[in-house]
Amino acid sequence: MYKVYTNIVQIAGDVITVEAEGVGYSDIAQVFVRSGLSLAQVIRIDGKRVSLQVFSGSRGISTGDKVRFLGHPMRVASGDNLLGRIFNGSGDALDKGPALTENLVDIGGPSVNPVRRIIPSRMIRTGIPMIDVFNSLVVSQKLPIFSIAGEPYNDLLARIAIQAQVDVIILGGMGLKYDDYLFFRDTLEESGSLSRCIFFVHTAADPIVECLLVPDISLAVAEQFALAGKNVLVLLSDMTNFCDALKEISITMEQVPSNRGYPGDLYSQLACRYEKAVDFDNAGSITTLAVTTMPGDDVTHPVPDNTGYITEGQFYLKNGVIEPFGSLSRLKQQVNGKTRSDHRTIMDTMIQLFASYRETVEKRSMGFQMSSWDKKLLMYGERFEKEMMSLKVNIPLEKALDLGWQILSGCFNPEETGIKKSIIEEYWPKKD
Amino acid sequence: MENKPAKRTGTITRINGNMVMAETDSFIVQNEVAFILHEEERLKSEVIRIRGNQAEMQVYESTQGLKVGDKVEFSEELLSVELGPGLLGQIFDGVQNPLPQIAKECGYFLKRGVYLKALSDDIKWDFSPSAKKGDILLAGQSIGFVPENIFQHRIMVPFSFSGPQEIISIAGQGKYSPKEPVAVLKDKEGRQRECFLTQFWPVKVPISAYAEKLKPAQPMVTKMRLIDSLFPVSLGGTYCIPGPFGAGKTVLQQLVSRHAEVDIVIIAACGERAGEVVETLKTFPEIIDPRTSRPLSERTVIICNTSSMPVAARESSVYTAVTIAEYYRQMGLDVLLLADSTSRWAQAMREMSGRLEEIPGEEAFPAYLESRIASFYERAGRVRLYDGSFASVTIGGAVSPAGGNFEEPVTQATLKVVGAFHGLSRERSDARRYPAIDPLISWSKYSSFIDEKKISRGHEILRRSHDVGQMMKVIGEEGTSLADYTDYLKGDFFDFVYLQQNAFDKVDEATSQERQKYTYDFIYEILEGEFAFADKEEALGFFHRLRQAFRGWNSQAWKTPEFSKTEEEIRSSVKDKISRKEEGVNV
Repeated sequence: MYKVYTNIVQIAGDVITVEAEGVGYSDIAQVFVRSGLSLAQVIRIDGKRVSLQVFSGSRGISTGDKVRFLGHPMRVASGDNLLGRIFNGSGDALDKGPALTENLVDIGGPSVNPVRRIIPSRMIRTGIPMIDVFNSLVVSQKLPIFSIAGEPYNDLLARIAIQAQVDVIILGGMGLKYDDYLFFRDTLEESGSLSRCIFFVHTAADPIVECLLVPDISLAVAEQFALAGKNVLVLLSDMTNFCDALKEISITMEQVPSNRGYPGDLYSQLACRYEKAVDFDNAGSITTLAVTTMPGDDVTHPVPDNTGYITEGQFYLKNGVIEPFGSLSRLKQQVNGKTRSDHRTIMDTMIQLFASYRETVEKRSMGFQMSSWDKKLLMYGERFEKEMMSLKVNIPLEKALDLGWQILSGCFNPEETGIKKSIIEEYWPKKD
Repeated sequence: MENKPAKRTGTITRINGNMVMAETDSFIVQNEVAFILHEEERLKSEVIRIRGNQAEMQVYESTQGLKVGDKVEFSEELLSVELGPGLLGQIFDGVQNPLPQIAKECGYFLKRGVYLKALSDDIKWDFSPSAKKGDILLAGQSIGFVPENIFQHRIMVPFSFSGPQEIISIAGQGKYSPKEPVAVLKDKEGRQRECFLTQFWPVKVPISAYAEKLKPAQPMVTKMRLIDSLFPVSLGGTYCIPGPFGAGKTVLQQLVSRHAEVDIVIIAACGERAGEVVETLKTFPEIIDPRTSRPLSERTVIICNTSSMPVAARESSVYTAVTIAEYYRQMGLDVLLLADSTSRWAQAMREMSGRLEEIPGEEAFPAYLESRIASFYERAGRVRLYDGSFASVTIGGAVSPAGGNFEEPVTQATLKVVGAFHGLSRERSDARRYPAIDPLISWSKYSSFIDEKKISRGHEILRRSHDVGQMMKVIGEEGTSLADYTDYLKGDFFDFVYLQQNAFDKVDEATSQERQKYTYDFIYEILEGEFAFADKEEALGFFHRLRQAFRGWNSQAWKTPEFSKTEEEIRSSVKDKISRKEEGVNV
């Protein structure tokens, strides 16, 4: 039914070039390798020369191997049958369940018409004060977790997954360590969440090109659920591996690199994945949390930098806590005005004072004398770090706000906080 | 865009991302629009390089599934937009597709190859002629007008008609659709052409149908104190807002788009987040513009090519936006164009340049980056039209420098051509000091409505305060003299109560010109006052209380009883401090 081509003329990196005709751009092909069947995608056509990236890598491919073009882009099965299942980056089952071929959808579909989006207005409560109070997570938000290797980002991701009020969770693992994959699976299983989860896992041992498919597959499946009215949370870990895979392919294709070897279209590539996060009018939603490890804790590295310009804020994980500076939820203003009338005041005041505390700590470390104001700040900062920032704290938003007032009133006089009079009168804890 | 019978065709020979190469036997026009015929679809593209009989084209759509051998039709027309009544309140993509209509036709998702007419042919507009038979007019002069919201939308001699045009006939008052001609014009060669309510104009060519271009002199009031007072922008001027992500570029742009005292605002959301556009397009119909008592959406046009939409259309979106801005300028209106973000536009150029395998410049941006940026900003300006009225296009461009580093090529190329620089800094936004425009690095070449001397004194105080602050980091607070410490507190106070503005406070988010002058004068008095404090603690306490009082004052409506009451309280507490110093001198 499909024409088969056998003249592979070039193999470089994970890209093979075959002479063929009538091939559609970005279509999928099957490569029959000695070790089995591998999928490949068309990434350039120049006359008869068709270049394909091979998902399972080019190792062992011979110039005599057969290539069969399927005449359609990459597809993935979708629907409720996927729930509780685990797949690899090409969509093949990794658990012992059957292969799925129902409701096939093209991955990397067109973008949503902006006029059909709605303004996000629902908060996702997590029980983590640093998120709920200071940087509320909002339905349809796309947020990366900026982190250095070694930080407990996967633990944070798992905790949010368990506690978040959503219908479906899709976990896309890219370059995941095998034990991290097991950790996710076991944690979600213990909490009874596995039945609402779908895993697409590319582990560090798998071929690099397969990593490129994980976000697209995850989001294509998520989109189908969202269109069916479900609220979906997509967790991606780790997007830096995805970007490195992009880099590898683009260098192989001899593209001019723009910054530290990454391709010039890195921003667009990331954007078309992150922008899949959406709240449809009259249907469901997609919320995306993506771990982005920062090489060398450098936020100006091209990956976190481009990500930051796309996403609606970021959680910045450092020294095991969500750092208040550098972390930002751009959509928080959509929801934190509707929670409690002191929410924004507590948020702004505590952060401003915490900034002063950091300055004071710096001064102290340089051996300067501490004024009485400095001492107040020091006391405040230490309490803030211990009672609010620690990821061990697990309290609902209202409790966290009350705690905020307790800390403030325990350290300062009302006028030192710069809070508006009317709010002080309403919320400042009365001394007995 | 009518489907003309194709005269010239070619076939695809190469596909690389959104760059497609086609071979043809006929001639090829640089920058002409070409359509790729793929199965049932017609995909718009633009010729960007010609080599022999090969045309390299950027496709305004996804190229998925295209095949070598697919047919291409060349149109011989440059990429153009339709200009006429009905643009206001619309939401277009980068090639002027009306997005709400597309949504009606295609549902949740954008569908490639679907192009709808920018302005509906079905609407009839109330035309009143203002010229008569026998009048000789130039391109850009009006032959009549139609009412569009609160504006008199001028119907002009098409900008593409060169030389004097004689009116052979003109329609009388009545209702006309964009399809019906309203006048017939004759040029010097005797050629007669019909004139409609709408006209087409190529986006990459500036409209220059005016008498002269003037120096921008009048300030554009944005109601942001930091901008209007310290780093003003003039009508017809240009400014840029570079800043790292999260520093509040977009919030700043949104506030300016709401409050700026201009007639029309064009928002070009170029390669940015869809969510931000959604906020604008869902809230603007509900916000009432205090100056016109009409919804903001009625004076706004949104060009929206968000980051996940095709990259080539992103490149054209800023041109589409500036062309529409120039068109409304031709009606004697002050137009503000906000482009967010010009870096994404530059990146779109970089992507194409990479696919064309051009020799890369700095950070792989093409060598023509600077000239493109310069010619874009040069389309701003204040002009005198043929009828003697003045009008302007002001351009404000957000820049998203990689890594927040202003040394990168896009920021540097932009700084060379703009009249004001509002640099946002990470330190300020981390400290929640909004707007996060850093007063120490920003500058403006335009003049403010506040006395120049007082302004430069304000800058001095900020610098002095910063210097003392830096010094204190080294020698500590105890090593700082009381006088220096007071200077430090003064600058900090000025920053807190005047430069910073609470975007979520109904009153504080926008400060009128009158109130800015009034408040500035008051603060100036305080800043210039000689204070005598017993010690640093007293000074700190005093400024803390003052700051507190001012913050409350800032959120009280202008000239209400509460406003005056708070002002009195502040004045007396300040007087106390200054007079006590005089006592101290006497003793």
